[in-house]
This record gives sequence, structure tokens and C-alpha cells, in this order.
Amino acid sequence: MTVFGWLQILFVLALVLASVVPLGRHMARVFAGERTFFSPAVGSIERGLLAAAGRSSLGPQTWLGYTLAMMAFNAAGFVLLYAILRLQGVLPGNPQGFAGVEPWLAFNTAISFVTNTNWQAYGGETTMSHLSQMAGLTVQNFLSAATGMALAAVMIRGFASSGSDRVGNFWVDVTRVTLHVLLPGSIVLALIFVALGIPQTLLASVDATTLEGAKQTIALGPVASQEAIKLLGTNGGGFFNANAAHPFENPTAITNALEIWALLAISFALTHTFGRMVGDTRQGWAILTVMAIILSGCLVVAYWAEAGGNPLLTALGVDPSLGNMEGKEVRFGSAASAFYAVATTATSTGSVDAMHESFMPLGGFMPLLLIKLGEIVPGGVGSGLFGILVIAVVTVFVAGLMVGRTPEYLGKKIEAREMKLAMLAQLILPATILGFTAVAALLPTALASLANAGPHGLTELLYAYASATGNNGSAFAGLSADTPWFDATLGIAMFLGRFGYVVPVMAIAGSLAAKPRAVASAGTFPTHGPLFVGLVVAVILILGGLQFFPAFALGPIAEHLLIPTGRTF
Amino acid sequence: MIEHLRPTLVLLGSLTLLTGVAYPLAITGVARVLLPGAANGSLVEVDGRIVGSRLIGQTFTEAKWFHGRPSATSATPYDATASSGSNLGPLSAKLVERVRADVDAAKTETGAASVPADAVTTSASGLDPHISPANARSQVGRIAVTRGLTPERLEALIAAATRGRDLGFLGEPRVNVLELNLALARLGAS
Repeated sequence: MTVFGWLQILFVLALVLASVVPLGRHMARVFAGERTFFSPAVGSIERGLLAAAGRSSLGPQTWLGYTLAMMAFNAAGFVLLYAILRLQGVLPGNPQGFAGVEPWLAFNTAISFVTNTNWQAYGGETTMSHLSQMAGLTVQNFLSAATGMALAAVMIRGFASSGSDRVGNFWVDVTRVTLHVLLPGSIVLALIFVALGIPQTLLASVDATTLEGAKQTIALGPVASQEAIKLLGTNGGGFFNANAAHPFENPTAITNALEIWALLAISFALTHTFGRMVGDTRQGWAILTVMAIILSGCLVVAYWAEAGGNPLLTALGVDPSLGNMEGKEVRFGSAASAFYAVATTATSTGSVDAMHESFMPLGGFMPLLLIKLGEIVPGGVGSGLFGILVIAVVTVFVAGLMVGRTPEYLGKKIEAREMKLAMLAQLILPATILGFTAVAALLPTALASLANAGPHGLTELLYAYASATGNNGSAFAGLSADTPWFDATLGIAMFLGRFGYVVPVMAIAGSLAAKPRAVASAGTFPTHGPLFVGLVVAVILILGGLQFFPAFALGPIAEHLLIPTGRTF
Repeated sequence: MIEHLRPTLVLLGSLTLLTGVAYPLAITGVARVLLPGAANGSLVEVDGRIVGSRLIGQTFTEAKWFHGRPSATSATPYDATASSGSNLGPLSAKLVERVRADVDAAKTETGAASVPADAVTTSASGLDPHISPANARSQVGRIAVTRGLTPERLEALIAAATRGRDLGFLGEPRVNVLELNLALARLGAS
């Protein structure tokens, strides 16, 4: 580990922290339906779209009405994306002349982008036409992110409102988030990206004659516009197969730092939005502190693991001073690569600037751990916030049990209904991940897809189902995932991980919204202090640890312990 | 559910046009006017001929050039239509055997006791345009003999082509292989 390594990590984290208040305040205005900085530019578009959608649909909805609207919108988005992918061969905007995407792959990809996962069982530059990238994938980059943020607004309103069964209107929320947050942010970011070297063209490729006289065809496309929303919306689906490790997606260490900022900014800022909307910004800072503690812990381990190099290669005479460089780019090195890996899995982004599969066992363990902790430190845009608020509810319940008092969070009594729903949501994750991994580990057809043997092979499987269920989208990418088995089961895992989780969470929000807000008394457990922060951290680690420790022990931990033996697989 | 039909169709349709057509096309238009070089892939032309992209690595196998890192793109190395890493795990036998062979070859060539890590590992994209300064310096002996140049001139060339950390602290020091070889070619021509 080097001073420069830590300096760049602290620099980006400071930028993220600096954007929390302005961005958080802006999003609170967006959720509240107030005028924003961008209203002069997008106000008329907003009014036009909502008028066309029909005034009668724009009234306040119950949690169930809101959830059904969200499901209808996402189902239609799935159908449209599936159709575009299948038909890209006959649609315009296909300068590469690609054929339509095969059914299983189109199914998997459509679910993947609608659920904000952006798992990619294909290589972008070898599969997707420009029309599919723009009108298909980029659109769902926006809409799945806007959906997540809208659902976070509902969760916040559940705490903020008192005695009302109305939680807002999905159509208004999704439109306003897209127009006032994601679109302006993406326009600015995309132009900065082009200025820093990321291509943006409708050409499919150019042919070069190399200095040795060989022909090199270089794939191109509208990369910058997709890169911007891919990060701001914690989507993560790359234009190219190598994702943000590809020099056209991430040409310099400056773009790399900017990308990490972009994928962390909204999720961290939403904690401040939450604090403002519930009328006590300290509550937001407490949640942010929980996120920062776990993120930092994982960062230290991952950077340490990668910076030391691979002892098996060092023994052969490889200089370990650059760190473990297999699957990493020279311009980033081990610090920026480990940082990106941790940030992308602490959120639900899943974009990568280095290949996680080739990380050292503990270096690859941290991304896997962060995904399995539920991607809530800070998590995906919106999904991270409502995810950690569910954990906060569980925490006050645990604290209430310890002292024998009815648990309360932000003046809302937490009762049996909320706890049952919270546990239902929590159990979807391990049931889906471990269930599918266990079946896959017994199926020859699944095992045939593995690229690595030994404990690393098990980790490959675990990572795939964790990434899909957690809607992350990063991979131990050696796995050949474009087979009917993986396309289908990973698609189902993505669906369960998103909607199986979201529906009970929305029910909690609805149930909380309907409760009166009690005034804090001397006996109320304060949820903005260090004691509460420590408890939430403990609950996150204990819940995640209890669910997944046996699997971790057989995968990355076993692999780490094998390093000194020199054994290879 | 039927009451959700109209807003679903209207908003999905209009937001698709806005974010999937208008947005990328507007960025493309602005980029083409303001930043044509970057927008089109930072291509490098020599005598009106495109020799590659400054951002994309290319294959160098002849002894007279500085070589880039090993590339794991399938079919051929540095295939810029199909980026990919090796995705070999840290304890992979394939990885260890591949590196062993490359390290032995490098040691035979340079006589050094250790080899820079980037010289024997594949990059994440398979298209890494850079090598470490140490890797470039380790190739000086071979190129000096092949081209009949003094090692000092090559060292100076590498020093001139070495880029430090961005803004002084971001990323790692590096040498762009294509730019270094173009400078080398100019040296030979003059």
C-alpha cells in the first residue's frame, strides 16, 4: 500500500462527502414536488409528459397502488427491451449488422437491465447494435434507477408522514427523478467524459494499420452517454465486454476517480434527503456513518490484499511492487482497482475497472461480502437507502428486545407486522443465492461453465448468484454465463432479488405511513448517536455473517488459507 | 391494473425517446462539434494513415519495438472488437504455468533477477495501452542491439514518454507503448 494509493481514495471520498448536502437537498425538493434548479429547463417537459399520462392517474396512491404502478411500468419496460433486443437485426441503428439477440440471452438481459442489475452474459461490442445500446439499454439505465429512487421516496414518506395511507404518486416521482436528477447529471457527466477521452460516435468501428503492418479493427460507439448514466444510476452495464476496464470507457485515472464519485454520489446523498424529509438531518448522518464504517473496513482489506502481489508469482521472480496485476490496467494499478471494486459492490453498480475473478482470494472476497451484506453501504440509488432503513428497523427491534420496550424508529412504533415483512424481505437474499448455488454445484451442465477449479470455482458460482440476486451485475467473469441454465436461473434470481424484496419493503412503508408519529420522550432510544450506529453495523455484519459464513469458508477463505501451501488448481 | 395502462405507455414511450434517442444523439452532436478527436476514439494518424488509437493497445512482436503487456483477448491478442481479461484465479495452474514461461523468457533476455509484474500479467481489458516505466526500461537492451542505438538514447526516449500520476496523485506512472514506438520510429527515420 502506498501514500498515493490512500491519497486518491481519500480524495474521492472527500468529493463524495462534499456532494452529500447539495445533492441531498436537491433530491428532497424533487421528492417534495417543489421547484428545483433545473425547473426552468425541464419544467415544461415535465408538465407535458404528466398531462399526457392523464391527470386522473396523478393523485396520491396507497403503497399497493404505487407498487402496482411500478410493476406495470417495469413489466412494460421489460417487454419493450426484450422486443428491441430480439428484433435488432431488422431495426435501424445497426451498423455492425448484428443478428437479433437469442431468446434466452434477450430474456436474461432484459430482466437484468429492468432490475438495475446490468449483469451481462454477452460482450457489448460483439452482440449489441447501437440502437439496442441507446434506445434499449440506456433507457433502462435511466428508468430502473429512477424506479429505485422513487421507491426510496416512498420509504422516507413512510417515516415522515403521520396517519396517512398515501405514499405519493409513482408516475410523478419517476418522471421528476428522471428529469431533475438523472438526465441533467448524465448530460454534464457525459460531456466531461468526452472531454477526457471517452468516444461518442455513431460509427461502429474504424480500421487501423498498426506499426507492424497488421490490421486492427477498433470498435467504437456512443460510449460516453451510456457511461454517464451507467454510473450515476448505479447500473453498471458496460458498453464493452471489459466494462470500465476498457480504455474507451475509462481512459485515465481522472475518469476513474470521477466514475467512482459518480457511482457513490447519489446513494450517499440520499441519506441527507432522508434526514431532511423526516425533519432531523442527524438521522441521515447516522445512517451515512454506518455506511462509511463498513465501506472503509472492506476497502482496507481489499487494497491490502491486492497491493501485496500474488505470492505464487513472486516466487517465480515477478516483482511484487505493483501489486497483483493479473486482470488490472497499468494506468489504475492496485489502489484504484481495489477502490473501484469495493465501491461498485458497496453500491449495486457492478461496473468494473479490473477483473474481480483474478483478485487475490481476500481481495475478491470483499466485493462478494459487500454484495451479500445486501448492497446497503451505500447501496444502489434508492435501493440502498430503503435497504438500510429496513436494517435500521430490525436494529431498533433488537434493541427494544434487549431493554424490554416497544421499539420505535423516528416516532413510528415497530410492531409484529413490520418485523414479519422485514424478515421476509431479508430472507429472499440468502434463500435465492444459496438455493441456486447449491443446485448449480450439483448440476454437471452448470459446472461445465466454470472457468476455474477448486474453491475458486465455488466462489465463481456464489458470486454469480449473489450478484444477480443483489442486482449488482459484476461477475467473476470467467463463468460462461450465456447458457440456458444460467440465463434462466440468473434471470429469476434478478427478478426475486428486486421485486421479491421490494414488495414487502413497500408494504412496510405503507404500514409505517399509516401510523401516527409519536413524540420522542425521555425513554425513546436515540437513533442518531454512536450507540445506534454501532448497533446497526453489528446487525448488518451478524445478519450477513450468519447467513453466508459457511459458504465463505468453503470459497474465498479456504482459497486464502491455501496460498502458503503453493497448491494450484 | 387497467388504470395504469395509459401512464405506462405514455411515459415509457416518451422517456424512451427522451433518454434513449434525444439524449445520446444530442451528446453525439455536441461532442462531434466541440471534441471531434476524443469523440472519434483518439485516433493517431501518421502520413494520413490511421495507425491506431492512443487509448487502445496493439500487438508488437518484432524485436525492434517496445512490447505491450500480454493480452488475453480471444482468437488474437489486442482484438479491439472483443475486449476481455484472462479471468484466471490467483491459484490457477494455468496462470502460474503461463507466468512461469514468460518470466523464464524475460530473465533469459534481460538477465535480471526479477521481472516487472505488468510484463507477465494480462490486463483486464486485453487492450491496455500502457506499460510500467520499469517494464519499458527492461526492454532497452534488446532494442538497442536490434536497432544499433545506444541504451542512453532509449532511456531518454522512455523518460520523455513516461507520464506521472494524473494531477500528481491519481493512478500510476506509465508509458504509452504506441506513442513510445512512434517516437522510436521517428528516431530511426531522422
